[in-house]
Formats: sequence, C-alpha cells, structure tokens
Amino acid sequence: MKGIQIFLFIFVMWILIIVGGGLLVLIVAPMTINGYGKLDSILDSGVKALIAMILVVVWIFTLSKIKNWIFHKQIKN
Amino acid sequence: MMLDKIILAILVSAIAFFSVYITTPFLIRVLEKRNLTVKDYNRVGGAMVPRPGGPSILVGILASEFTLYAFFSSVEILAIIITTSIAFVVGMIDDRKVLGGWFKPVALAISAVPIILLGAYNPHLSFPLFGFVRIPELYIALVIFMIPVTGNTINSIDVLNGVASRFMIVASFALTVSLFIIHNYDIAVASLPLGFVSLAFYKYHKFPSRIFPGDSGALTLGAMYGALAIVGHVEIIAAVALLPAVINSFLFLSSVKRIIEHRQIKSNPVTHTDDFKLMATTDKEAPITLVRLILAGGPMTEKQVGFVIFRLGIFSAVLAIVTAFMMGVKI
Repeated sequence: MKGIQIFLFIFVMWILIIVGGGLLVLIVAPMTINGYGKLDSILDSGVKALIAMILVVVWIFTLSKIKNWIFHKQIKN
Repeated sequence: MMLDKIILAILVSAIAFFSVYITTPFLIRVLEKRNLTVKDYNRVGGAMVPRPGGPSILVGILASEFTLYAFFSSVEILAIIITTSIAFVVGMIDDRKVLGGWFKPVALAISAVPIILLGAYNPHLSFPLFGFVRIPELYIALVIFMIPVTGNTINSIDVLNGVASRFMIVASFALTVSLFIIHNYDIAVASLPLGFVSLAFYKYHKFPSRIFPGDSGALTLGAMYGALAIVGHVEIIAAVALLPAVINSFLFLSSVKRIIEHRQIKSNPVTHTDDFKLMATTDKEAPITLVRLILAGGPMTEKQVGFVIFRLGIFSAVLAIVTAFMMGVKI
C-alpha cells in the first residue's frame, strides 16, 4: 500500500495523544501546591502549565525521532 | 423535540449545500471577469484557475448558521459565526496582499477572542479513557492557540486540486459523528454545515479544479472547524481527525525550522516528470511535506496523490470516532 509509513506515523501520534492525556489527568492534574497563601493558585497553575509545556516539547521531540525512524529512507531521498 | 432537531439538521444541511452549489459558478464567472486567476502549475499547459472561493464558502456557512440561530439561539452558534467571519476577512486580506509569515497566526488568534468574550467554552479538556482536567487559565491560551493551528493546518494542505475540501468533508463529518456519540446534539447540528459546504465546494474544486479556495476559503473552513472543536468540547477528537494535515505542518516546520509563508519557499518540494506526473524533488534545501513523502515511493499523478491523502483522512476519521467512543470509557 502506498504511504504505509504515514499510516503508521498517524497511529503512533494517536497513541502518544492518549498516553499524554493519561499523564496529564492522572499525574499532573491532581498535584497541588500549598503554603504560599494567596500565591497558591497562581503557583499551582504556573507549575502545571510548565509541566504541560515540557510534556509538549518531549512529545514533539519524540515525534521527531519517530518521524526520522519511520521515514528514514524517504527523508534521505 | 428530537424530531425538531432532525428537521432543523436537514434544513441547515440543505441550505449550506445549495448556497455553495448555486453561488460558486457565479463567483467563478466574476473572478474570471476581473482576471482574479492563478496558474495551476501541476496541469499540462498551466491553466488559469479563479481564486479565491472563500466568499461562496462563507455565504453557505452564514446562511445555514444564521438559520440555525433563528430557531435555536445560543452563544456557541454566535461564537462560531463571528470567529469564522473574522477568519474569512483575514484570509481575504492574505489573498489580496502578500503578508509576512506571522500575520496569519496573529490575526487568527484575534479571531478566537469572540469565543472567550462570549464565554462559549468549558475550561475542561477531556481525554479518552482517563477523564478530564480542569484548566481555567490554560484553557484560554488553548482557545487562542487552537484557531490559528486549525486555520493554518487546513491552509497548508491546500496544495493540490480538491485536497483541502475533500479532506475537510471527511474531518468535519467525523467531528459531527463524534459529537453525536458524546450526546452533544446541539453542536452536532451546528457542525453539519461545515461538511455540506465542503461537499458542495468540492464539486468545483475537485481535479481538474474550476476554482481554488484560496486563503479565505481554507482559513474559513479551518477556523470554523477549530471553533466547533472548542464550543463542542471535542478538542482532542478534532485534533485526531486532523492528523494528516497536522503531520504536513509538523514536517514542514521541522524541516524549515521557522514560521514562513509557503510562497516564501525558494525550493519546491515537488517537481514534474516528462509526462507531467508529480515527483519528489532531490533538492536538499526543499522542505519535507506530506506530498513529498507520499511521492518518495515514486512519481504519481495529482489525482493519485489526492487519493492517498483522502485515505489518510479516512484513517484519521476512524481513529477520531474510536476516540469518541473511548471518551465514555474510564480506566
């Protein structure tokens, strides 16, 4: 089938989306920061946003590696 | 009550389809008269094709969404109408003037503001299998980010005859089915015009194209898709249905490593064989795109490449619908 690697890449992206969602819901979301008074909610959101951004960077880096692995021949062409 | 919604769904679908079906031939004639045509480089002889088709796409969307709003007023429908209209204006400006690579993302981010001002969103991000996260502050950033992404993503896949409109038919109907699966019937009905507008426009956009959507058409379709994803709370499902176009943007950005307009690219990723088939370039400077990857296996006709992208769209649509079913499952 033409472009089978692209179908595989889409499938891997889908799996990464589901796994990333799991990490956010199960690990990042339940985290709470206490002890800083009025700054608690700001710090809480800030830290979660930072973790989410790090996860996105890791996601893009992983995708980039998978892309190079899946399309090795094509990209060399 | 359910029967009312079914009748309304049929009515808005028919209005969306026939508005575009009837107005597009008029638009083609007007554009030809005013000499608003561009060369189709992939066609033997380089035929001149009228552009942009955005106005007829917008007519279809507004006619159907205003009809829906008349029967069933909601801030969500209003947000869809305003955001889509602003995206159309952004596209029209870009169709008439060559602007910098950052213009579209910034202008499209502004088009997302009505969704926030009207409060037509729910700051929960739902994931399949695991439930949802409540992110009040972050969600506003997500809204601002999502419209430029969907708009530009659809715009970036508009590279061959009929590809963008056919891809939009598949993605938007997948979104509609998913909205029905998660029981969000009101937004499911509001999403029907997007699929039917794309279907009617495809009649004129398919190979060999009689009209190109241009930036105004592609951004209008993409922004409406993004707005539906936000007001319908189906952000992740919408992203999954859009994956082939996301891959195209991802490959492009990861190879050029900056945000630039397609017209600013000096090396074309695709060239032609002697018999005018499309062929991946050997130029190392040219960006990697979805079409270039598809052609890496060997030269193909424009129609064949379009069909591969269509199959990728169907595959992603199936994954999106599976994701919608998974929303109801918790582990």
